[in-house]
Amino acid sequence: MIEARALRRTFKGVEAVRGIDLDVHEREIVGFLGPNGAGKTTTLRMLTTLLKPTSGTATVAGHDLVSDPSGVRKSIGYVAQGGMFTPLSLIGAELRLQARLYGHSAREARRRVGEVLERVDLAGFENRSPASLSGGQARRADLALGLVHTPRVLFLDEPTNGLDPRARAELWSYIRGLKTTIFLSTHYLDEADALCDRVLIIDGGRIVASGSPAELKRDHAVGTLDEVFLTVTGRPMEQVAA
Amino acid sequence: MTAFVVAAHYLRETYRHKFVIFFGVVQPALYLVFFGPVFTGAGIGDWDVLVPGLLMQLALLTCGLTGFNIVFDHRFGVLERLRVTPASRFALLVGRVMKDAVLLLVQAVILLVLAAAFGLRASLPGMVAGLVLVVAMALGLAALSYAAALTLGDELFAPVVGTAVVPLLLLSGALLPMGGAPTWLDVASQATPFRHVVDALRALFAGSVEGLGWAVVGVGLFLAVALPLATRVFNRENA
Repeated sequence: MIEARALRRTFKGVEAVRGIDLDVHEREIVGFLGPNGAGKTTTLRMLTTLLKPTSGTATVAGHDLVSDPSGVRKSIGYVAQGGMFTPLSLIGAELRLQARLYGHSAREARRRVGEVLERVDLAGFENRSPASLSGGQARRADLALGLVHTPRVLFLDEPTNGLDPRARAELWSYIRGLKTTIFLSTHYLDEADALCDRVLIIDGGRIVASGSPAELKRDHAVGTLDEVFLTVTGRPMEQVAA
Repeated sequence: MTAFVVAAHYLRETYRHKFVIFFGVVQPALYLVFFGPVFTGAGIGDWDVLVPGLLMQLALLTCGLTGFNIVFDHRFGVLERLRVTPASRFALLVGRVMKDAVLLLVQAVILLVLAAAFGLRASLPGMVAGLVLVVAMALGLAALSYAAALTLGDELFAPVVGTAVVPLLLLSGALLPMGGAPTWLDVASQATPFRHVVDALRALFAGSVEGLGWAVVGVGLFLAVALPLATRVFNRENA
């Protein structure tokens, strides 16, 4: 579903992403795990056409990132870090606009909005504004924005950043229940462990390890992803993130 | 097509916060109350000289500062969300600009009705033609305002553009006709499209088409520069 080869991005001579290869298969939840500044968001922004790669190639849902960005855009949903609503907008109106921008008719957009809100357990929230929601509800509303056009691949950038532990666990179960291809970035080790079928550990713009959480722990003969990170990079994750 | 969807969305948003519509008219209306009697009483001109200026002021202060809206969209991730959709960035820009043009038209009509109550007597076809001219010019103003907001960023937009509209307003001769200006000021004023629009509006309100050609050329050139420039900024990857 996603296939990237030697993807690189430089900002004014500084290499943020230094040649990344990755494959994400259909219905897989793949987590991109790394400290802040490791190149996670930059990679995600390249794969979602928000940023042009300096070099390298990638296809997303069968569309080439560079030669067919509009094909990629039609096939993907993207939930950015930190939300995607202005606080006083109406959730229903924003979702309808989003659906219409993907080419759905007004009637179809309305139908989809009702459906997607049910899917994230926010049925009847059309006339609420994001400012009136709890943190967990607001993130689910963001998820709805990424899902309203039923994309083939969903990109989530730090989906549970800033949520309390209960809301995080709750959101994980929603994400797992989506049954679609998901590529997400996170700097939470427990999130990668609990949510992802496969984890790619990124550090300094390179993928330094990959595998299922169980494989990673087994291969490095350690008990937690924390220790895997420490073994692969020589530094503990918490310290780098701070 | 997409542009209409975007425009309709933002118009509904604006309608939901109705005070925004009236707030835009409050400032020129205050000029009707507190400045109009002085202006007309001092023999500078009648209401048909003042009100065209107030239309220009309205356009500069609403469409000229509309970039504010995108500053918030940018801050809250809305812009990014729209940019990953298949909608073209040109359509996203044009939709917003069309919203601003429609909003300005509504506000301008409210202002003209208020002005009529104060004593504005002007040619009706002249006023209609004047509205078309002002709205056409405002398309360029709004597009530039969005481009400025994306280029300057959250912190700089308000002080820079808020300050830039002041000389533009004064140079247009909107508040006091430029007849008595020294040559250098008159030349500077003639170099802006806004001066020609104000002159043409005053002529139109008086039932004449004097200077209309220059105003149309001015607005045409302004749009020919503003729209492609704004489109380029919208297409920039990091905007």
